[in-house]
Amino acid sequence: MELLINLTINGLATGMLIFLLASGLTLIFGLMSVLNFAHGGLFAWGAYSGVWFYSLTGSFFLGILGAILTGAILGFITEKLIITPVYGNHVQQILITLGFMLVLTEMLKVVWGPNQIAAKVPPYLAGSYEFGDVLIIKYRLFIIFVGFLIFGIFQYMLQKTKIGLVVRAGVMNKEMVQALGINIKRVFLYVFMTGAALAALGGVLFAPYSGVIYAEMGFEFAILAFIVVVIGGMGSFSGSLSAAILVGLAGSYMAYYVPALSLAVNMMLMAIVLIFRPQGLFTAKG
Amino acid sequence: MTVCTVLLNWMKSPCFIQSRRAEQVEGGNNVEPIIKTENLTIRFGGHTAVSKVDFEMPAKQLKSIIGPNGAGKTTFFNLLSGELKATEGEVYFKGIPITSMSAVARARMGLGRSFQITNVFPNLTVLENVRLAVQSKEKIRYKMYRHSMHYTKLLEEAHRLIEVVLLQGKEYAIASQLSHGEKRKLEIAMLLALDTEVLLLDEPTAGMSLEEVPAILDVIRAIKQTGEKTILLIEHKMDMILDLSDSIMVLFNGKLLADGSPEEIMNNETVQKAYLGGLYDENLAES
Repeated sequence: MELLINLTINGLATGMLIFLLASGLTLIFGLMSVLNFAHGGLFAWGAYSGVWFYSLTGSFFLGILGAILTGAILGFITEKLIITPVYGNHVQQILITLGFMLVLTEMLKVVWGPNQIAAKVPPYLAGSYEFGDVLIIKYRLFIIFVGFLIFGIFQYMLQKTKIGLVVRAGVMNKEMVQALGINIKRVFLYVFMTGAALAALGGVLFAPYSGVIYAEMGFEFAILAFIVVVIGGMGSFSGSLSAAILVGLAGSYMAYYVPALSLAVNMMLMAIVLIFRPQGLFTAKG
Repeated sequence: MTVCTVLLNWMKSPCFIQSRRAEQVEGGNNVEPIIKTENLTIRFGGHTAVSKVDFEMPAKQLKSIIGPNGAGKTTFFNLLSGELKATEGEVYFKGIPITSMSAVARARMGLGRSFQITNVFPNLTVLENVRLAVQSKEKIRYKMYRHSMHYTKLLEEAHRLIEVVLLQGKEYAIASQLSHGEKRKLEIAMLLALDTEVLLLDEPTAGMSLEEVPAILDVIRAIKQTGEKTILLIEHKMDMILDLSDSIMVLFNGKLLADGSPEEIMNNETVQKAYLGGLYDENLAES
């Protein structure tokens, strides 16, 4: 029983990290029709800058804030310099964002060196809770809590605020939003910056979870995030949460019960969804 | 010297010219037409869809555009609203040339249009659809992150417009679940929410059942009776056109065939030959 609980907690925590990366990706694709292969790079930058801010200030909270800020700034630069010239052209988007992903990765090595960097769990989140025979690691619970918190905040914003209404409408039909006289390009920029900030938050939370960070970590997680976006339905925020949890749990259970299939299971999930429901499990309702 | 230069430059600015022209329009009892086209032409390859149309739209009136299929009515609309760019000629709005302006810029100036195919956001509720159109007048700013229920004026306006188009009781219905006629009404509510001076309505009754048409007719009549809007209407239903229009223009093969009061158009022999005659003959044949 305790094994099952631990595997579930692990799966949920991993799922939440993927969700933070995928949620921005799905909104960016849904609203802007932009395939951003540099998203993983923003995740890695979030991890590095967060760990750096944490070591500088001694506060994990400030580390998180620093990472979010870095992500938003990088998002601003990416949208303005890299994405804006290639709106509406998917081939160019893939090429330029893949190239930018390499640039972001190499820049990490330039700034912080090519070696792995250790990342510590802050003392107040270290250790575990004991429930009888079950040991639950505090930090994993923290990640799950942050994931659901972010989901709640963004659901509130999407459903209840003016800007949320614009984003949801834009995911459905951006040309018509523009026809209403709304400056959709400004909304694009905000959504891109938010998506980048969420990816960076995912990165900084991942750092103590894995214990070490390395420049190529963005590539690995970006693949999982793309799988989640496909499974969840492109443009669907709630779909990306459900799909991320599914992918996280599947990876966690498989790694224990059928380790040989642990890497293949997510690809299999995506293939099944693409065969039977190519639009994703959830349709894009924002 | 510097002050003079600044003043002169300011007087040359589009802002100043626009405000002066607006004053002239108001002071001169709407002498200047709100929309005017000169030699308006668009060609697609070798095909001329709209050819040298000179047209004037008096403010706060309802003008219908008629013509057989393929006459260039929707293309003409697209040239006015900015969806298409003219090959030749000019479009003026309140005396200001807008030919090179985008559709968004024209909408912001006061030219709003509906489409032949209904354009609503299918997964939003009726209220959300109208609210989005009402709030579109505002700039995207940080305070948009507040809960929408804080904006009582915005909601009141949305509810008022829903009543204007006779959709009360359907506020929380998802737009995709509305009937075709209701979607058309919702679209008109959204157009009204933009508070544009000119409404370009492209076949508002297209695809509607006979039972749904009178309701749309009532909505358009109610808007006309407020005396605040200039309405340009593309329609095929002649009884509706004659009932609503202050004037009618006829397009045929992309050319302006006639423009005048409903009586003048009905009595115009060329129009009868080119369009109405044929139409009435068809109707007789059918009956």
